[in-house]
Amino acid sequence: MIGGLFIYNHKGEVLISRVYRDDIGRNAVDAFRVNVIHARQQVRSPVTNIARTSFFHIKRSNIWLAAVTKQNVNAAMVFEFLHKMTDVMAAYFGKVTEENIKNNFVLIYEILDEILDFGYPQNTDTGILKTFITQQGVKSQTKEETSQITSQVTGQIGWRREGIKYRRNELFLDVLESVNLLMSPQGQVLSAHVAGRIVMKSYLSGMPECKFGINDKVLMESKGGKSGQDEGRGGASSTKTSIAIDDCQFHQCVKLSKFETEHSISFIPPDGEFELMRYRTTKDISLPFRIIPLVREVGRQKMEVKIVVKSNFKPSLLAQKVEVRIPTPLNTSGVQVICMKGKAKYKASENAIVWKIKRMGGMKECQLSAEIELLNTNDKRKWTRPPISMNFEVPFAPSGFKVRYLKVFEPKLNYSDHDVIKWVRYIGRSGLYETRC
Amino acid sequence: MTDSKYFTTTKKGEIFELKAELNSDKKEKKKEAVKKVIASMTVGKDVSALFPDVVNCMQTDNLELKKLVYLYLMNYAKSQPDMAIMAVNTFVKDCEDSNPLIRALAVRTMGCIRVDKITEYLCEPLRKCLKDEDPYVRKTAAVCVAKLHDINAQLVEDQGFLDLLRDLLSDSNPMVVANAVAAISEIMDASPNAASVLEMNSGTINKLLTALNECTEWGQVFILDSISNYTPKDEREAQSICERVTPRLAHANAAVVLSAVKVVMKLMEMLDTGGDYVTSLVKKLAPPLVTLLSAEPEIQYVALRNINLIVQKRSEILKNEMKVFFVKYNDPIYVKLEKLDIMIRLTSQSNIAQVLAELKEYATEVDVDFVRKSVRAIGRCAIKVEPAAERCVSTLLDLIQTKVNYVVQEAIVVIKDIFRKYPNKYESIIATLCENLDTLDEPEARASMIWIIGEYAERIDNADELLESFLEGFQDENTQVQLQLLTAIVKLFLKRPTDTQELVQQVLSLSTQDSDNPDLRDRGYIYWRLLSTDPAAAKEVVLAEKPLISEETDLIEPTLLDELICHISSLASVYHKPPNAFVEGRGGLRKVLPPKSEQAEGLVEELGAQEPTAAPPQPTVIPGADSLIGDLLDMDMGSGPSMMQQQMYPAQPAAPTPAGGSGGMDIFGEGLDNLLGGGSTGGDMLGGLGDIFGMPQTQSYVPPQEVWLPASKGKGLEITGTFARKNNQINMELTFTNKAMQPMSGFAVQFNKNSFGLMPAQVINIRTPLPPNQSASTSLPLNTQGPIQKMEPLTILQVAIKNNIDVFYMSTHVPLHVLFMEDGEMDKKIFLATWKDIPSPNEVQYTINNVPHNADTVSSKLRNNNVFTIAKRNVEGQDMLYQSLKLTNGIWILAELKIQPSNPSFVLSLKARAVDVYEAVKQVYENILHN
Repeated sequence: MIGGLFIYNHKGEVLISRVYRDDIGRNAVDAFRVNVIHARQQVRSPVTNIARTSFFHIKRSNIWLAAVTKQNVNAAMVFEFLHKMTDVMAAYFGKVTEENIKNNFVLIYEILDEILDFGYPQNTDTGILKTFITQQGVKSQTKEETSQITSQVTGQIGWRREGIKYRRNELFLDVLESVNLLMSPQGQVLSAHVAGRIVMKSYLSGMPECKFGINDKVLMESKGGKSGQDEGRGGASSTKTSIAIDDCQFHQCVKLSKFETEHSISFIPPDGEFELMRYRTTKDISLPFRIIPLVREVGRQKMEVKIVVKSNFKPSLLAQKVEVRIPTPLNTSGVQVICMKGKAKYKASENAIVWKIKRMGGMKECQLSAEIELLNTNDKRKWTRPPISMNFEVPFAPSGFKVRYLKVFEPKLNYSDHDVIKWVRYIGRSGLYETRC
Repeated sequence: MTDSKYFTTTKKGEIFELKAELNSDKKEKKKEAVKKVIASMTVGKDVSALFPDVVNCMQTDNLELKKLVYLYLMNYAKSQPDMAIMAVNTFVKDCEDSNPLIRALAVRTMGCIRVDKITEYLCEPLRKCLKDEDPYVRKTAAVCVAKLHDINAQLVEDQGFLDLLRDLLSDSNPMVVANAVAAISEIMDASPNAASVLEMNSGTINKLLTALNECTEWGQVFILDSISNYTPKDEREAQSICERVTPRLAHANAAVVLSAVKVVMKLMEMLDTGGDYVTSLVKKLAPPLVTLLSAEPEIQYVALRNINLIVQKRSEILKNEMKVFFVKYNDPIYVKLEKLDIMIRLTSQSNIAQVLAELKEYATEVDVDFVRKSVRAIGRCAIKVEPAAERCVSTLLDLIQTKVNYVVQEAIVVIKDIFRKYPNKYESIIATLCENLDTLDEPEARASMIWIIGEYAERIDNADELLESFLEGFQDENTQVQLQLLTAIVKLFLKRPTDTQELVQQVLSLSTQDSDNPDLRDRGYIYWRLLSTDPAAAKEVVLAEKPLISEETDLIEPTLLDELICHISSLASVYHKPPNAFVEGRGGLRKVLPPKSEQAEGLVEELGAQEPTAAPPQPTVIPGADSLIGDLLDMDMGSGPSMMQQQMYPAQPAAPTPAGGSGGMDIFGEGLDNLLGGGSTGGDMLGGLGDIFGMPQTQSYVPPQEVWLPASKGKGLEITGTFARKNNQINMELTFTNKAMQPMSGFAVQFNKNSFGLMPAQVINIRTPLPPNQSASTSLPLNTQGPIQKMEPLTILQVAIKNNIDVFYMSTHVPLHVLFMEDGEMDKKIFLATWKDIPSPNEVQYTINNVPHNADTVSSKLRNNNVFTIAKRNVEGQDMLYQSLKLTNGIWILAELKIQPSNPSFVLSLKARAVDVYEAVKQVYENILHN
């Protein structure tokens, strides 16, 4: 299991060091600094073995988190834990920076003591941790309070405490999708997939049981013909009725065995915000944008670039925060850009032309042309032409994902499904959205 | 004065100040001071001097302060064991506190203080906490048992904590169960004694599967990892476990997913391969694996390393998912390299066009390693997918045109392999390759180019000039290049003997006389002699048709692969090495995949396949360029020390001189023959070669099989067995006889630690089920890499045999001669020196009676068992044989055998530095000579 956990700043100074196992000594702290942080070559692997000691590291801006072990540990678990650890820290004191870590080091030790025991990860749910690890010294708790805490930490429903009350029972569902695309210069889709997340904010009293319905092909087919009729009322004939989800994953509150056998998503949600589900689709994705690049090298000192962006969704919808990033060669000396819509700028420090369009309607087309002047260099190697990338946000789900229902049952308290106010929102964002040129 | 004075003074002052603050009356000030102490501790300052003052702060009802003091204690208790005792009282008191959080904190911390005196006090509180009413305390106590076991395993076993821990597996709280499982797994790994108490059975597995649905993500990982160590008793149980584990594949935590994959991959071995259920499992595995590739890059990396294994084991799982492994521009380099590996493994005729387009794209990227690997990948595609070979070659040619130095070199290396796979097909491109001769500066590329020139010498007009140009800097070249150059020039000579004699003469003398490298020198001699004795034979040997190289290179060796599959998700799977390669000490058991279940086995048998695990027979194809035969004949690109490094024959007394003076017309005439030591050399040489190539050794002594396990003790299973050494390999010959009423199956063998580290090199391969009243024999290869413990007597080997009925233990004697090494022949001089060197008290004499042989048969008999006669003397009518032998653990034993012609009793004197082995060696002599 994990033998020790260290946090360093970018200089390699130790900010936090917690050793769990006897086989990890102080010299391990230095070994990682010398061999990884101060290594001259760029790190080639997130796992490093130095003198029979294995170091797992992740980096958050300038901060290095390293878990150390001498045993054959579960590597996936160690990385999952390190990421969870940063989430917990972020939930407590915001961004994980050197400043914040130094200011909260006592708190961090306290957390580390709780979430890792002898190197075994324990409950890392921030909601629960916050009930008994607080920054304001602990007031003496009553017996009921402490036993409630301990039953939550270890409980079967470790993510929700009892006795939650709201005057208004309300829930928010965000369907957040990120569209990933790799397209060839000729417009052929090399790979495309949507990574979706359902984020739920629940403000519900008691221990509500929720049932969640989506338009997944498999789930709907297993429900028989009845659901087919439900779909009819949607009216929008262009949208598909069901989609093929390649794979989905759920928050630990979802009863996986029930999903496997009955194809239903049922759960008792944590209080507040959490990620209910993740999914991935690869079929029939409606790509919101297409880029048509035209790059021409005119002699050794000049390049001409012409980029056309086409939006491909209902004209009534508006895309926001559209940004196209066109890489330029390292020996660029000057750039002239003309664009019809939005603003485009050459950013020398980023070696790219950045073209921003605040809003763009569906079924539109915009164009940018640029002339790039190049310096003469001796460098024989050809410029490798990194792909043109794009960022955007659209108010629909490119995968065609639809929430069909979310029913709430709370048998003990007297509110019914109809009394719960429900909100659903769809946002499609760009993931890695690249077109080769 | 230097600045250091400020340093020391401030430090002194600081400690002093902290001391005062720690003893302050004000609570706030105290807390601040402890915080400062912890901060200093973190950055590595030594604040152990404050121990008593900090411990004084321990008794407080402020939980935060208490935690800080505990943290300090854990760090420094070891350096101040006596003072640490001061803390014991508080701990014991805290373990009784009404607040469960404090009880748990106390027991958690106490387990981390590794001071013997404290552990004694820990036992009672721990026992109480294991039965605490609060689950939070119980889950903490469960882990504490593992901590205590790490400090003092004996104590844990004596105090009965193992039973208490096992009871926790039935706890009502899932997190307690999960932590108990984690603790049990660790304890079982560390100590084999505990393993017997904590062994899992189907009942406990059932409890775990129930807890699985309810515990935290981490708990699920512990449970799944533990289940993966369990071997179900039959196919039905395996399937039911699979059914209950597969829902975990949809978990958001990658570790849960991968651990579930591990369990399923392992249990699939037991299921009927062609069955619907396996097909549905295979379908279920792909999506979650693909999803892992959208996780954080570090997790992607772990996933990719594991996918690499999974694809090698069961390629069908991801065969349709090629696209997800396409490299993204912003992927970290470690993800890119791993993806590339998997892409090549998944390449097939159906997706080759896409793959090739991608690879071409990658070859223009920035990172040198990545580009090289991409170029190499194109070559591997050509070898793997024949119809696409032409496209691959033209892609490689395009890349060579870029003139980017490392791209060109890499391309040439792979083109060499393509030539070997498709002989006489793409030679038209040789001209293009030759254009780039000057830019090659890496040994592997140079060697490859030289190989190409040598192989196709007849088609390259100026081959002699090209090779000659390389020869100029011969001494400065890398060995790999030198060897290639030597071979290439010999090939050239055999193809165009008329105008290349001078060249071959030159290279032979360079390799044999001017080089210190034994590989090169020996290869030079071999060629020289071949050419001089029989040029026609030389032609047949050197220009022999080479076996084709196989398409799959760098596959992991199957037994290692199976072991790694059992370690999916762990570090071993990331390193692609077995755990004992990077974990110290504890030589934990090797994990092996479960044997195929009976039903599946039966099916295979019906189909007529005798060995279900046998590798596909491919007689003409050798696995990759670095196979042994390939090496000796021709190639040693990048391979490790080859067979050549063994000294093939003693150094030549008279080194051949260049025959320049004789006009060079007939350099392989008699003059040279004489120089080389006469006409008989050729014959001797062949004998020598026979040895080198590992010609089957003549019969070594195999003792008759003995009954090791009588049926009465084996619940109907009778085992007879013996040991044999065949072709450098120790084998345990076993015959199983089923004298019971029911069929037997599920055989497994394990050895206890023994004097020579013997352990099975593979899983026992025996036909199951074994029907009543039938026997089956098998030969189990052993190696000597197991854990070592000196036994009394030395040769004893304790073996445990398991079958579907029970586990049986038996004790056998290993005849020492199976441990005699093939290289046990000592040089005469060294023998003499060693004999003198070993003090005479170490010498022991035995008499061996009634030997029906003379000196020569004795020495040949012993020779067959790797006892080497180094010298023979005749002193006053009696023969004296001086012999040496070497054990697998490197111990040398010298012997003197006195034989009188008329007397059938021989006198054996033994000398060795380790006297314990004498008795066993004598036994061997007895056995062999009386046989």
